[in-house]
Amino acid sequence: MTDYVNYSTGAPVTDVKAPDGPINERWDKRRFEAKLVNPANRRKHTVIVVGTGLAGGSAGATLAEQGYHVVQFCYQDSPRRAHSIAAQGGINAAKNYRNDGDSVHRLFYDTVKGGDFRARESNVHRLAQISVEIIDQCVAQGVPFAREYGGLLDTRSFGGVQVSRTFYARGQTGQQLLLGAYQALSRQIAAGNVDMHPRTEMLDLIVIDGRARGIVARDLITGRVDTYFADAVVLASGGYGNVFYLSTNAMNSNATAVWRAHRRGAYFANPCFTQIHPTCIPRTGDHQSKLTLMSESLRNDGRIWVPKAKGDTRPADRIPEDERDYYLERIYPSFGNLVPRDIASRAAKNVCDEGRGVGPGGQGVYLDFADAVKRMGRKAVEAKYGNLFDMYQRITDEDPYEVPMRIYPAVHYTMGGLWVDYDLQTTVPGLFAIGEANFSDHGANRLGASALMQGLADGYFVLPATINDYLARNPHQEAVTAGHPVVQEVLTETEDRLNLLLSVDGDRTPDSFHRELGELMWEFCGMARTDAGLRKALERIPQIREEFWRRIKVPGTGEEFNQSLEKANRVVDYLELAELMCLDALHRAESCGGHFREESQTPDGEAARRDDEFAYAAAWEFTGTGDAPVLHKEDLVFEYVHPTQRSYA
Amino acid sequence: MTRTMWDSSVGKKTVMAVSGLIMLLYLVAHMIGNLKIYFGAGEFNHYAHWLRTVGEPFMHYEWTLWLIRIVLVVAVVAHATSAYQLSRRDIRARPTKYVHGRPRASYATRTMRWGGIILGLFIVWHILDLTTGTVHSGGFQEGHPYQNVVDTFSTWYGDVIYIVAMLALGLHIRHGFWSAAQTLGAGSRTRDRGLKIVANVLALLLTAGFIAVPVGVMTGVVS
Amino acid sequence: MKLTLRVWRQRNADADGAMSTYEVDGISSDMSFLEMLDTLNEELILRGEDPVAFDHDCREGICGACSLVINGDAHGPERTTTCQLHMRSFKDGDTIDIEPWRASAFPVIKDLVVDRSAFDRIIQAGGYVTAPTGAAPEAHATAVPKADADFAFEHAECIGCGACVAACPNGAAMLFTSAKVNHLNVLPQGAPERETRVLDMVAQMDEEGFGGCTLTGECATACPKGIPLMSITSMNREWLRATRKAGKR
Repeated sequence: MTDYVNYSTGAPVTDVKAPDGPINERWDKRRFEAKLVNPANRRKHTVIVVGTGLAGGSAGATLAEQGYHVVQFCYQDSPRRAHSIAAQGGINAAKNYRNDGDSVHRLFYDTVKGGDFRARESNVHRLAQISVEIIDQCVAQGVPFAREYGGLLDTRSFGGVQVSRTFYARGQTGQQLLLGAYQALSRQIAAGNVDMHPRTEMLDLIVIDGRARGIVARDLITGRVDTYFADAVVLASGGYGNVFYLSTNAMNSNATAVWRAHRRGAYFANPCFTQIHPTCIPRTGDHQSKLTLMSESLRNDGRIWVPKAKGDTRPADRIPEDERDYYLERIYPSFGNLVPRDIASRAAKNVCDEGRGVGPGGQGVYLDFADAVKRMGRKAVEAKYGNLFDMYQRITDEDPYEVPMRIYPAVHYTMGGLWVDYDLQTTVPGLFAIGEANFSDHGANRLGASALMQGLADGYFVLPATINDYLARNPHQEAVTAGHPVVQEVLTETEDRLNLLLSVDGDRTPDSFHRELGELMWEFCGMARTDAGLRKALERIPQIREEFWRRIKVPGTGEEFNQSLEKANRVVDYLELAELMCLDALHRAESCGGHFREESQTPDGEAARRDDEFAYAAAWEFTGTGDAPVLHKEDLVFEYVHPTQRSYA
Repeated sequence: MTRTMWDSSVGKKTVMAVSGLIMLLYLVAHMIGNLKIYFGAGEFNHYAHWLRTVGEPFMHYEWTLWLIRIVLVVAVVAHATSAYQLSRRDIRARPTKYVHGRPRASYATRTMRWGGIILGLFIVWHILDLTTGTVHSGGFQEGHPYQNVVDTFSTWYGDVIYIVAMLALGLHIRHGFWSAAQTLGAGSRTRDRGLKIVANVLALLLTAGFIAVPVGVMTGVVS
Repeated sequence: MKLTLRVWRQRNADADGAMSTYEVDGISSDMSFLEMLDTLNEELILRGEDPVAFDHDCREGICGACSLVINGDAHGPERTTTCQLHMRSFKDGDTIDIEPWRASAFPVIKDLVVDRSAFDRIIQAGGYVTAPTGAAPEAHATAVPKADADFAFEHAECIGCGACVAACPNGAAMLFTSAKVNHLNVLPQGAPERETRVLDMVAQMDEEGFGGCTLTGECATACPKGIPLMSITSMNREWLRATRKAGKR
């Protein structure tokens, strides 16, 4: 065992920007107290935005509309392809169009509770307040949300809540919202307010005199590594679910931007809070490169079950009704199939661990639409879920109208991320993190349809208001030049790292290491975690890392389009971040939300939170690769929603 | 507006559609006129003469005919120029062929370009043959179209050229009419079937109507 | 399954390319087409050869990154994206030709990777609603008839993959452009910019060097999202309407 686990605890980290007073007035108060930049001066300020998903795209567009000069990056060939595009289900907003008792306060309450009391009340309340503006904004952009015959917006209820507050565009809500942001961004690119750099990946952060002043990025076509400077840097680079190799993230989604920022001084908060989504298509073999999510909305009408008997290999239609266990409906009668994601996922794991799983390898449970087809008719089911059923059939070659779908949980979202204050600023002044990249508003578990809400809230409304304050208070910064010694140092470090990867010339591919790490993480830092397992993972990770630098093989050169080099460089960061995730999971000896420690459960197997010891966000400070980090705690105070053991029974 | 039209690929397609429809309209009239050949030399020649006196006394002798000719020439030139320019753009836009090629689209669609060239050449021959008489096979007689037509279709090559051209015309109209409707934005999901039927019927009627003349001569019905 | 792959290899934009032949073995019918290429690439890397470069990202059929012409068909034999194509569509012993999108507006960057930034510039020319953040009226202020909302959605589904251009014998981008024009022009929110949008986007499309439409219908057949050919008709109508209106001003 290395000394990595012997982390030290430093001074608590506090959110000095968070306003006080009544919770529903705090956002107004902060906006009023924040200093403004004179509109005429804004064009003199350059802001770098990394990523063009919902958060980055909306932030880039909005900052440019305000008059800032934005320099934006994405690794994809077009800003339209960021992985927000794959979000299916919907976006929450406390519009209460259904008159079903929804309100800003209820959305706030549901989100804090759903996050298992590990999120900041002020942030979550702000998110709920802004949610209503997001819908207005998106409709104005022409986002084609689903509508009723009267021409008004349709909503549905979505995983874990009892009101119908989720706006959607068939099963492609993320796509439509992202295209809205992309189009707004495109308008600013055309106007010359945004310098867009597609196929360019951020590889490091430049911090000068304690402030974020730029980034190092590689042009993926020419391989040229270059530096870009700004008055502030915004990371909107998404989550780090790909540490697990198999996840619902895009193949190229990666953690390099946030990890490199962490290495440069930004604290990383709650890295162990990862969300395992309950309804994904089970894997079919070792060749599997990624997992595909089936929208959670399927749980509105589908019923989840497994055979009552262990090892029952009869086809689903041969298992009589009384030999089926609709386990979610049985254990959680009032929420049934609509319990939050973490609970549904763990329940699926439990029944599979009992040997009652279905499909090849027993790693799956049924999601059955037979009753829905009987009740609503095939046509109605088709109208609601047609595209999802088609997708399922294409991947599995099975017809979900005839045989129940098979689903299994998969890594989907990471609640952890860079620690940010109320202004979304990290511990590095001038470095902001928005969307999934920050540790966000979701606590230990994110509710369905809330990621789109948070990404857009951060990008359209929060950051554009708060970044003013930073830029206004730090007006006279000297322009940074490429010749600055810090810039040279960071640039050289990056080039050296790439050259090292190319020069090892070993006998293993980047993917083989990634897969090995992913399997280790899934086993020991996945749906259920134990002290012993995490210690084992912490022992293995440095070994894999050592082997990586000895045996990695990257063909080609750095001065060309080289996807192996891109991949290998991302794996370097996964191999470090994974270690921090395991350490965070090990230190948090409680179960909460997506983090389930087997040692901490109630007699009936539910997650047992330990508020007396762990009601804090864990913000980690980097001290060196493989060196024990320093833990800074941010105590969480609950004035409005009093922590209770979550109950969905 | 003219500038926008001519500078845009969509605008040039509009020019093609409109000029194509003008020619199509003319062809319908032309075909009906042609069929008069079955009613004998008198009626046919009388009809040909009438073409020159339409509009009198407001119009002078042959004015209307020349007006039509001018409109047609403009249509042909506009159609051909647009087609040429659009084709050049299309070929430039797709310089590399797929190694794994396969036939695509319908026969009518794929033959638009070659069919168009065939029709263009045919028009030249057709005018030199039956309007000016320059390349006419027999002794061309001004004012005796009936005899001229019979002469042309009494040669094997006259029949072949004409029939091949009319088959090309049918294919051209089949895709062209429907295509023009799309270009002019007249198509819609509910109307699509109807438009395709009209296109096919027009193509068939015109081809059959025109070919009826050489067939008449060949079979001796017209002589 | 054992397969023979003939793949377009081209070192960079300036280099000449050619088809190279590779054998792959042990391919499962459950694999996606891209996972099959992953398998090939893993072998190539270990052999010290340059792996085949291809664009891909979400592998869920929605990001629009993947872009292969397989046996002459954009995205292969099924009506879906390459990433959602599975090897069960092929037989043991098959020879499969894999080529990049071909169009002069989509120059090859490397192997099977092409530059589709022309699409971004078409959107930048007018494929948006000018609605700065914060200026939006209440979402229910304007009701949108369901039929219009559905029409908009059907066209908004476009993923910008470029299969329409790749399949078109003229390398035309009409289906892509029309999808966005129709999506925004039918909505009341898009109405104020209805004319400029279509005129500017079509002008940019021409500027990028895409070909013209001859209504062969290849684009709609290749479109993994089922954008209908009639979309082009609707755009033509919008374009003529806008041209007429512009002429009156």
